[in-house]
Amino acid sequence: MSKIHITTTVNGDPAEFLASPGMTLLDALRDELGLTGAKEGCGSGDCGACSVMLDGRLVCSCLVLAPEVEGCRVETIEGMAQGGQLHPLQQKFLEHAALQCGFCTPGLLVAAKALLDAHPDPTEVEARYWLAGNLCRCTGYDKIIRAVMDAAADLRQERTA
Amino acid sequence: MSETLDKPAAQATLNVVGTRPIRPDGADKVTGRATYGADYNMPGQLVGRILRSPHAHARIVSIDASRARALPGVKAVVTSADFPDLASEMHDGGEAASNLRDLSLNVMARGKVLYDGHAVAAVAAVSAAVAEEALSRIKVIYETLPHVIDVEPAMSPDAPVLHDYMFTEGLETPPTVASNIAKRHKNVRGDVDAAFAAADVIVEDRYTTQAVHQGYIEPQACVAAWAEDGRCEVWSSSQGQFMVRTYCAKILGLEISDIRVTPAEIGGGFGGKTTVYLEPIALALSRASGHPVKMVMTREDVFRATGPTSGAVMHVKLGALSDGTITAATVELKFQAGAFPGSPVGAACMTALACYDIANFTIVGWDVVTNTPKTAAYRAPGAPIAAFAVESAVDDLARKLGMDPIALREKNAVRDGTKASYGPTFQNIGYVETLAAIRDSDHYKSPLKPNQGRGVAVGFWFNIGGESTAAIHISEDGSAAVVTGNPDIGGSRASMAMMAAETLGVPVERVRPMIGDTASIGYSMLTGGSRTTFATGMAVVQAAEKVILDLRQRAAKLWEVSLDHVVWRMGQAECIDPAKPEKKPMTLAALAAQSGRTGGPISAQVTLNAQGAGPGFGVHLCDLEVDPETGHTSIVRYTAAQDVGRAIHPSYVEGQIQGGVAQGVGWALNEAYIFDRDGRMENAGFLDYRMPVASDLPMLDTIMIEVPNPRHPFGAKGVGEVPIVPPLAAVANAMRGAIGVRMSSLPLSPPAVLAALDGKGG
Ligand code: FES
Ligand code: FES
Repeated sequence: MSKIHITTTVNGDPAEFLASPGMTLLDALRDELGLTGAKEGCGSGDCGACSVMLDGRLVCSCLVLAPEVEGCRVETIEGMAQGGQLHPLQQKFLEHAALQCGFCTPGLLVAAKALLDAHPDPTEVEARYWLAGNLCRCTGYDKIIRAVMDAAADLRQERTA
Repeated sequence: MSETLDKPAAQATLNVVGTRPIRPDGADKVTGRATYGADYNMPGQLVGRILRSPHAHARIVSIDASRARALPGVKAVVTSADFPDLASEMHDGGEAASNLRDLSLNVMARGKVLYDGHAVAAVAAVSAAVAEEALSRIKVIYETLPHVIDVEPAMSPDAPVLHDYMFTEGLETPPTVASNIAKRHKNVRGDVDAAFAAADVIVEDRYTTQAVHQGYIEPQACVAAWAEDGRCEVWSSSQGQFMVRTYCAKILGLEISDIRVTPAEIGGGFGGKTTVYLEPIALALSRASGHPVKMVMTREDVFRATGPTSGAVMHVKLGALSDGTITAATVELKFQAGAFPGSPVGAACMTALACYDIANFTIVGWDVVTNTPKTAAYRAPGAPIAAFAVESAVDDLARKLGMDPIALREKNAVRDGTKASYGPTFQNIGYVETLAAIRDSDHYKSPLKPNQGRGVAVGFWFNIGGESTAAIHISEDGSAAVVTGNPDIGGSRASMAMMAAETLGVPVERVRPMIGDTASIGYSMLTGGSRTTFATGMAVVQAAEKVILDLRQRAAKLWEVSLDHVVWRMGQAECIDPAKPEKKPMTLAALAAQSGRTGGPISAQVTLNAQGAGPGFGVHLCDLEVDPETGHTSIVRYTAAQDVGRAIHPSYVEGQIQGGVAQGVGWALNEAYIFDRDGRMENAGFLDYRMPVASDLPMLDTIMIEVPNPRHPFGAKGVGEVPIVPPLAAVANAMRGAIGVRMSSLPLSPPAVLAALDGKGG
């Protein structure tokens, strides 16, 4: 089983790795590139813990084959904080105590950022449906939704300021 | 919305406790840096994989692994032959005792497989692909046996018997034949027959629940390394590094001193990670191969082979006088234990009537083995199941009496001084205050819309204390490291840091809480039983007090005054010797900076066995709406009130309450283990085992009642488990309100709701 050489961009930087044909993007990130922020909760696309952005699209990295990302842009939780500054979503998650065990958190943050990039002013119901692909077993989602709505408000203000 | 209702006694001048600082491990967890079980690697590690039984019940005739061993890249294969055959021995792990032989047989089947997914062999190989290929080359010959999944069929005299050595405990006459009934629990008070004869109103029903899983999002994972000198290292995600150490030592026949366990960040447990599955196997594979071995469960493995909690069949009968006084109760609880004894039916018996002051009752519980995965603890083990039955019956009783459901509960409520149904006398409980908070809430007074129903239910959990160690080390700049032995599963580091900061009188940012490995901190019972903030928190506070005494002694020495003339106030030593008014206060930082001259490093450790964890009570209020066309149920409003003693970090207390509610709602509406005719789990994945997602729930309102626990320095009571106790019944009672039919079997899934609606119409 020969491996395939993959060239891609991860969080803005060039990255290369060798992938076996059946390797998932999640395994490539975690095992080949050492980026363990994306988590495997199910491996079947049902929990969202492995969420990453692929060419600007929110995907479950456990459902993407690593060879498919040749030439693509991948963004992961490791790239969310910029220049030593947490992203407003990350900051709001902390302020609202929107995490307990924290295992779902990277995936939820990536998905929430995708939400706010696409819909800067979501309603609570929109936020709940957008994030319905991300399981959290600890929080009951209350504080997560509050954190996302609060971050959205801050980001809107930042944009108009 | 959340509110805190203070009793005057709970108010003292506190600067840190009760505030909401950002958790100390927060930045790591929002950036992906935090290292969970599967995020750790050792150089040269192999991949471990487990071969699992495809049968619910079968004799293992033979295992031939020769073709697997011959595969290049396979470094080890282990079966039960690689583990000592242990004698039956009970080990008290804190919240519940475990039989070490059963534990070992659950980790690796010996002679028989007892459920679909039971481990029969394991391999370690250079890659996952090679390991998978090796599994397919292991030839196991099974002789299948009849199996039994549900609890009542398992109790029948003609049921297939799982363990031919098991004779029911707890019967008046010890049985002479083996059966699947491991134990009968019985608790009787008064004369229940006479009380029923004198009752004005009687309700009774049969209730069933299905096995449900804890559903933590992080599958079990570990890395284990066996060194040539016999010393072992284990890195794993669990609720207790000391538990992992003890169980690995027992299951493998090793010395405790040879094993060091480092706790990873844990991605949820809810009781499910209070035992071992992978660690002993990884160690055995590492011993056999000479390499570190990493093992990570798949989600399917988690469902098929790790602890769900019991499915149950229950019968409840209540008798009351026309004024609402409940005078008689019989409760019978039959719980699936899974493949080995130890369902939570004992705790279910103790909690079933714990909210009620009833003069006459009989509670009987049956612990029954079945060909399903061995049950593991799940948040307030057993209590939600019993509460589903009892609280449904109380709701029916209120209807029959024409009483408000809260008024009925208030009339029969336990109070300080009431002798609890399970024995002790309640003190410093906040149950009636919690009932009143819901009664007086806006939510309770709000109107309902068509197709909506409202349900009330209450719940109780003991909470435990137990053995803990905490150490505090003061750095030369006066900052503090707080080391404990309890994995932080939901934000407990924050409360440890806050209690230390409050006691020392320093800002919480100056305190760094750490969780030690088994060689770096003294023994601590695992994180469970809602014990950490109470018991380990108490150890932290006492360690801080020890540090303060040391600091006062050092200041007294520097000032040349007596210890009595040095007080510790707001993080500094103050001289109150009237003869030395010139002595300026010395801060912790100032004292730390000259510790070399006053006796060396400043450090203190405290070990304790905490008693007096205050029991917790919760009262939940649920509004739901049913779509009569589809049977789909939406939770439209939910308020949970709970006596929390003292909320150290209120946000995380609210979070515990909200998380318990969400799990309980999932249990009530959707979650269930489904088995096919051959006893194989049919829904071993998140797609078919449907847990609540964000769009399934509304905001979850909380009301924290603070009736302080005098045994804790700040009044804390355990908070993590109580909130999963009431929701099952709160939802079912709301359903009764919405559709006018009592649904007594969980889950209340759309087809079941439609069937109930049809039955009502026809
Ligand atoms: S791990 Fe990819 S969705 Fe669960
Ligand atoms: S915080 Fe634990 S799963 Fe979300």
